[in-house]
Amino acid sequence: MAILLFLAPFAAGLAAFVIKSDRFRRRLLFSVACAHAVFSLYLCLFPSGGEDYRWLWFGLDALGRYFTAVFSLLFLCASFYAVIYLKEEKSRPREKKEEGLLFNNAPEAAFTGCLLVFLASMSLLALSRHFGLIWIAMEATTLVSAPLIYFHRQRSSLEATWKYLLICSVGIALALFGNLFLAVSASGQGPGTEISIDRLLGPGVRLDPLWLKAGFIFVLVGYGTKMGLAPMHTWLPDAHSEAPSVASALLSGALLNCAFLAILRFYQLCLANGLGPFCRELFLIFGILSMAVAAVFIIGQSDYKRLLAYSSVEHMGILCFAVAVGTAYGSMLQAANHSFLKGALFICAGNILAGFRSKKIADVRGIAHIMPWAGVLWFAGILAICGMPPFGAFLSEWIILKAAFSFGNLWLPAVYLFLLGVIFIGMTGTGIRMTFGVPSIPGGKKSFLSLLPALLLLLLSLFLGIYMPAALDVAVSGAAALLGGQG
Amino acid sequence: MLDGILMLLVLFNLFSLGSTRISASIRVVAYQGAAIGVVPLFLPGKIPGGILVTIVLVTLLIKAGILPWFLRYAQKRVNVRREEKPFVGASASILSGVAALGTAFFISSRLPIPFAVASPFIVPVALSVSLTGFFIIISRAEALSQVIGYLILENGIYLFGIALLLEQPLLVELGMLLDVFVGIFVMGITVFHISREFEHTDTSRLSGLADWLPEVKRSE
Amino acid sequence: MNNLYPLFNVIIALAAAPLMFGVINRIKAFFSGRKGPPLLQLYFDIGKLLCKGAVYSRTTGVFFRLAPSAGLIAVLTALLFIPCGAYPAVLFFPGDMVLVVYLLGAQRFCMLLAALDTGSSFEGMGAGRDAHFSVFSEAVLFLCLAAMSAASGSVSLNGMLFTAGGRIWQVSPPVLIVVVFVLYIVLLAENYRVPFDDPNTHLELTMIHEVMALDHGGPDLAMLEYAAALKFWILASLPAGLLFPHGMKPDFFGNAALFLGLIALTAALTGALESCAARLRLVKVPQMLTAAAALSVVALIFLAK
Repeated sequence: MAILLFLAPFAAGLAAFVIKSDRFRRRLLFSVACAHAVFSLYLCLFPSGGEDYRWLWFGLDALGRYFTAVFSLLFLCASFYAVIYLKEEKSRPREKKEEGLLFNNAPEAAFTGCLLVFLASMSLLALSRHFGLIWIAMEATTLVSAPLIYFHRQRSSLEATWKYLLICSVGIALALFGNLFLAVSASGQGPGTEISIDRLLGPGVRLDPLWLKAGFIFVLVGYGTKMGLAPMHTWLPDAHSEAPSVASALLSGALLNCAFLAILRFYQLCLANGLGPFCRELFLIFGILSMAVAAVFIIGQSDYKRLLAYSSVEHMGILCFAVAVGTAYGSMLQAANHSFLKGALFICAGNILAGFRSKKIADVRGIAHIMPWAGVLWFAGILAICGMPPFGAFLSEWIILKAAFSFGNLWLPAVYLFLLGVIFIGMTGTGIRMTFGVPSIPGGKKSFLSLLPALLLLLLSLFLGIYMPAALDVAVSGAAALLGGQG
Repeated sequence: MLDGILMLLVLFNLFSLGSTRISASIRVVAYQGAAIGVVPLFLPGKIPGGILVTIVLVTLLIKAGILPWFLRYAQKRVNVRREEKPFVGASASILSGVAALGTAFFISSRLPIPFAVASPFIVPVALSVSLTGFFIIISRAEALSQVIGYLILENGIYLFGIALLLEQPLLVELGMLLDVFVGIFVMGITVFHISREFEHTDTSRLSGLADWLPEVKRSE
Repeated sequence: MNNLYPLFNVIIALAAAPLMFGVINRIKAFFSGRKGPPLLQLYFDIGKLLCKGAVYSRTTGVFFRLAPSAGLIAVLTALLFIPCGAYPAVLFFPGDMVLVVYLLGAQRFCMLLAALDTGSSFEGMGAGRDAHFSVFSEAVLFLCLAAMSAASGSVSLNGMLFTAGGRIWQVSPPVLIVVVFVLYIVLLAENYRVPFDDPNTHLELTMIHEVMALDHGGPDLAMLEYAAALKFWILASLPAGLLFPHGMKPDFFGNAALFLGLIALTAALTGALESCAARLRLVKVPQMLTAAAALSVVALIFLAK
């Protein structure tokens, strides 16, 4: 049954390319997103339904279920926003303020189709039990998300698309090397050993540690490129700032997590073969480096979508840091919080962009006066993503901090806190300047409807921060257990 | 014979590093793809003949047929003849290629393959082909050259996979081949768009996006 | 008698070396549809020059007078280390390949000194270019020799080309073919042939070798020409020695004929190349040699593994 998570959006995506009616296509998008979210949430919280699901190289374990539920919820909200967004975009050719050029958008059918196939390929990634299949799904997400970034037919988005395609393709090529190295390390089990998770985690399987190590390095660098770990993150701010906000929300909230999931799959193998410390060391390096790079670029950032992009780099760093200090539980929770909050923020950013017609922070003043709802959500979102209680990010970052303290080395929590502090100052400062103050444009109206998904996502994160249902706790712990227990 | 093919691959590497004419590079990539495509025929293996022939034919079709043809088509459409301003000159590129080969040999000497292989040169050559592709992507400014570099990078990986791990499920290998195939196409189409939008495909001039730029740079 | 065979081989080389330039010129003439000079033209030239007296400019010094004979001696010494097909060299010791390369270098050094000694700006230019290009070609030659020694496990020319016999080919034939190819490029570069230099050019600005010989006359010029012919022989012996069919086990005369044939073939190839190709632009020469160096390093890496 779980294979439907892949097949349904895939089929719907293909159909969306040929459906003529815009209304029907939008409804299709939204209903598939709904069904996907409900089904994956059900699987995640009540796992008895799909526990032993195995077919060929497909299957859902706790980790896969958890990540699927997270990106599926995000996709639901994003698709709701997408429907409204597409309706508005349809009506007029838009003008980009900085370049003063008229530009048209890509055909809506292609955009919707790519969105759905994007969902399908992410589901495929979460479902795959074979490393080759994971790789294929990963490459597929790159290829179908490139048209999403190039939705606005203008020079800057083209530039961003090119960078995205090239850098991520090279990264994923490196990850392919990693997979081949894994196959070499598994060759001790006999020629042609399947490099599937179930086979390699099976009893009595010993992998060649040298090749497994080399493979992990390649995979971490390769998928890490896609995940936005510094110093391979260079495509990320460009792509996130140039893509339409729906796509930015999905890239940041869903795709980055999926890349992380792919790395974690490899990490599972390394754990089983006693390479845990080696991997965690690498996670630590990339994690701290990402947070540091993000902190540097967040201070003095002039473009608010890029600001959010760098915040994603930071959070990916936190995820790695969390795994490194041994709290997979915190990492899982943080991943969900980041997804929801970043989704909310990008949807807000889309609304702000539609109102102010500029991505420059300097051009945006006094959102609260012109678009009260957008202002409130924007400011709340910024606070939440910086780890303010009572939002979920606070809880998960607190768990990670605790783990860092008990890790033994006092430098780790110190550096972690320092970087979080710097980023907090940078982001909230910008948030205050944008939200309050004298409005930079004469009023504008904005429907509440297009902010609804942002509100929902923020509430979700708030919910995660103040109440943890038992079923969810079981799901998160189950996912964390696959990564060497909870911290 | 296998050693001869591998040596040939290295020579193709050096050639593609030394040449700045795009059509010549495309031709070399096609030869390289063909040379990699026939590698399975020279492996002492237990692969059933039918599957072997299928793999060889599909590889040849894609790597030496369709992709070079498509690149050629793209080149004609965007009308670039040569790499005008590579970041690294021809001699330095060739020497870097040699350095890449040395690095590849060094790495492979540190990573001994845990089973018997047909030739000790497979791993270093595959690595060096990939490194060459990587270097071309970095050192060339023309978008098409970068696509060619990506293809060379993939060629190296494919060589590694096909020469060492032919026993892996066919389905997955073909899936990977397909992904690369689609990837090149998507890149090619993006190159069309770039050439239409900017009237050039020099990626070093794609510099509108950056941090801390007060003004968006107006492209010429 | 057997011990004297190597010496006989040297004598054959001494006698036959100028013939090779005759072969080159005949081939070129054939390609351009002319009859061409006789095969033995260089012998006639040398004979004629030896009968003349030398003329020295007042600006030249002692180097100019010494250089031709010193250069010839260097090349003659180098010749003693070259094995000839199925027969060993007259002299050999481990590491003699370095000596051979530097003996050739010494000959070049003499030429350069003599050219600079004249004080002519053209000769100075030619000397400068020669010194520049030799930096590359010498390195390439060394790399090739290193590759050959890696394949044969010997560090003397005699060991590589004679003792190892055909076994050097067992390591990796395709790689050795590359070595032969690069050795041929070195041969062209070191002997100032097309595409590195055009021996037939009449414009001093673009010449390298010919311009350095402009002021020499009589026996000096004869010695220069003869040294050039011997140098061609020595460098051609390296690929010829690699390609020599050791399996045939020829007798002395068969061996000499085979070896001569191989070198004549090299010369003929050079002639054909010169008829088809044009000289490279001077800035391209280092690039070409760099590419050759890259090839030889690749070969070395492959063979050393």
